[in-house]
Amino acid sequence: MSGVKEIPAVWMGGGTCGGCSISALNTVAPSIKNVLIDEVVPGRHISLKFHTNISAGSGDLVIRVIEDTGREYEGQFLLIVEGGVPTADGGVYCIVGERNEEPIPFYQWVVELGKKAMAVIALGTCASFGGIPGAKPNPTGVKSIMDIFKEDGITTPLINLPGCPPHPDWFIGTVAKLLIAGLPKSEDLDDWLRPKDFYGQLIHENCQRRAYFDEGKFAKKFGDPGCLYELGCKGPITYADCPIRQWNNGVNWCIKSGMGCQGCTQPEFPDFLGSFYEKLTDVDIPRIGEYWKKLED
Amino acid sequence: MGKIVIDPVTRIEGHLKVETIVDGGEVKEAGCSGMLFRGFEKILEGRDPRDAQLITERICGVCNHCHTTASALSLDSAFGIADKIPDNARHMRNLTMGFHQVQDHILHFYHLAALDYVDVTKVATYEGNDRTLKSIKAFISRGELAPFVPRYEGDYRFSPALDQELVSHYVQALDMRHKGHEATAVLAGKLPHACAVTPGGMTEIPTVDKIATLLARAREIREFVEDIYVPDVIKVAETYGDYFEIGKGCGRFLSYGIFDLDGSDPDYTKRARLFKQGSTSVGLEHSPLDLDQINEWIKYSWYEDNTSGLHPFDGETRPMPRKEGGYSWIKAPRYNGEVYEVGPLARIAVGYAAGDPATKEMVNFVLDYFKASPDVLFSVLGRHAARALCALHIAKNLEDWVLSLKPGEPAYIDYTMPEEGTGVGIVDAARGALGHWIVIKDRKIHKYQCVVPTTWNASPMDDMGNHGPIEQALIGTRVRDEKNPFEIVRIVRSFDPCIACAVHLLNHKGRELRRYIIA
Repeated sequence: MSGVKEIPAVWMGGGTCGGCSISALNTVAPSIKNVLIDEVVPGRHISLKFHTNISAGSGDLVIRVIEDTGREYEGQFLLIVEGGVPTADGGVYCIVGERNEEPIPFYQWVVELGKKAMAVIALGTCASFGGIPGAKPNPTGVKSIMDIFKEDGITTPLINLPGCPPHPDWFIGTVAKLLIAGLPKSEDLDDWLRPKDFYGQLIHENCQRRAYFDEGKFAKKFGDPGCLYELGCKGPITYADCPIRQWNNGVNWCIKSGMGCQGCTQPEFPDFLGSFYEKLTDVDIPRIGEYWKKLED
Repeated sequence: MGKIVIDPVTRIEGHLKVETIVDGGEVKEAGCSGMLFRGFEKILEGRDPRDAQLITERICGVCNHCHTTASALSLDSAFGIADKIPDNARHMRNLTMGFHQVQDHILHFYHLAALDYVDVTKVATYEGNDRTLKSIKAFISRGELAPFVPRYEGDYRFSPALDQELVSHYVQALDMRHKGHEATAVLAGKLPHACAVTPGGMTEIPTVDKIATLLARAREIREFVEDIYVPDVIKVAETYGDYFEIGKGCGRFLSYGIFDLDGSDPDYTKRARLFKQGSTSVGLEHSPLDLDQINEWIKYSWYEDNTSGLHPFDGETRPMPRKEGGYSWIKAPRYNGEVYEVGPLARIAVGYAAGDPATKEMVNFVLDYFKASPDVLFSVLGRHAARALCALHIAKNLEDWVLSLKPGEPAYIDYTMPEEGTGVGIVDAARGALGHWIVIKDRKIHKYQCVVPTTWNASPMDDMGNHGPIEQALIGTRVRDEKNPFEIVRIVRSFDPCIACAVHLLNHKGRELRRYIIA
């Protein structure tokens, strides 16, 4: 009735801290109430069939809902995956529910539902690239959705929205674009399947402390003014629009608060280039003049 | 005799399975199993100690700021600067933790627990002009009720009018909790997973504009707690009064205390804190906190047996997924060899036992209101009430802490990281006692152990055969309708379990629930 199209969605969490969900709850406009209850774009309502933190039901009730959604809405539902996929020891390190008294590894859910979904959003760095649980020595054999899909020959369209956690706007904006414009074209995504809308530029390019970098004025300890490069900032090699968008309704963001960027949207997070507190080494860092010169050439 | 398996338990953080044996309508045996293991302790080994805080906060997207703070305290202590952190940073840490905990309690009551008591579908009969309720009515009339159904059916007791009011508060609370995150981020950079709390203090420096905005934000969240949250908990208690008698638990309580009122003592167990350190029992006598009394047992957990009974400083995390007899990868921490509950109820009980005037006043107000004696606190409703009182106590202090900030003055002290050292950081997180233990060798993390609130509460049996607190709270409970076991999920959720924090596990196929054999 009422001519509103229902878009079924299933949100599955695996090797995750739940921070991507909590970050999504922080969306301001639309509010999370708008997303759950109202038409997120006119005539379209996301029907969130399952979310572990929100769903009223527990146990068998919700396991059935997940299975039914996969069966009844094959090719029509959106799958949102939060968390990495533990694959060691047959996926035993992350179990979501039981079927005929057999535990169901999260890995199995990703494959089963991944094949049937209209599109998959890998939400957060763990789902996109392995993230923290996939950090050395990767005790539970965590893999990204991208790697699982490659290995299992799953060709469902995949969008990576990394970030630890991802900004709520990145998620809401991506869902809205899916509803308005349909599946992303290959030129909409970068080499790591991140939407260029949000991950198109380096932190360093738009950083509010960039002028300090170009002037060679570097903070020597926390609380100092100056560029945070020597205190370990990963902004020069990290793609995301945090400096422009800012966080938590725009009140702050990492570099504004005096801490370096931790590179949390990057596939190398958190292992790359040493400590969060150590200066990047051997990195070719663009300077403003050089950047424009390259454009002019 | 029947088995009730609830897997997954939703509206908590993380992967939890609860299994009970019910005979003659009564829970005879209960087992809690965490269903996720990530191995943070292994991931931390060999890293730069300073990185611990940015990695351990990512144990949990819900309690992240509690880990941030506990880890920063453990690093301050390992670096020998625990008593040198500038007061500005101490106030900022209190404020970020304070805003975070209040929003966390709001999240738990409204978004994790309330749907066990409040029936969203009753908004279908709403006839008024409130836009929120009208939009929910329209949502219901479209017929797609996910994620609010399916659910257990039956025991929803509120009148439609009260139900509708609580649903509108559910929506209002969604707003308040993200505002709590915003206020935390004003000083902490961003949330979840803050960056401005660091060993040595804070990377932020307070400014007058931040003080102004924080004052307004502190007032708004305090007013919500006073005018909406606390009265709503009372409404639930008035309507579901039998839950003052259900879910008692182990009857022993442990708190590490939280919110440093003074930073000069390097020993966190002795610091003046807003919520007091110590232990107590249902008799409400107070004992001081002694961290040496903590050991972790793993006979029923999926770890190698020779790692049982260790103090966190000596702790090992050696997984053994198919160990005979094991049923959880949550370890079983014990204090003085005994089972202890942690969390808001423990904080309130310890404060009351220690004679803290503010705690006594709050508790006595509640007891007078319900014309009850203190033993009703040890129950499902007692936990919800204690959580609301914790939120209230914090909310009433936030504005004073904002006014203690010194704009433009340092909030960070530089330090030299030692070659070797040990540190411990303890806080009472929203969900209870949280400890981080670090051993540094060659300026690298040699060992790191976190003993987190849900490890205490959702622990399996220990080597001595004692059940964990949630298991004890379940055993003996009467379940009226085995198809809709409200009592079980209401008891479990009253503890506000957070399995991402508890870090661990799985269950192997065809397991008997210990001595009970299921036909």
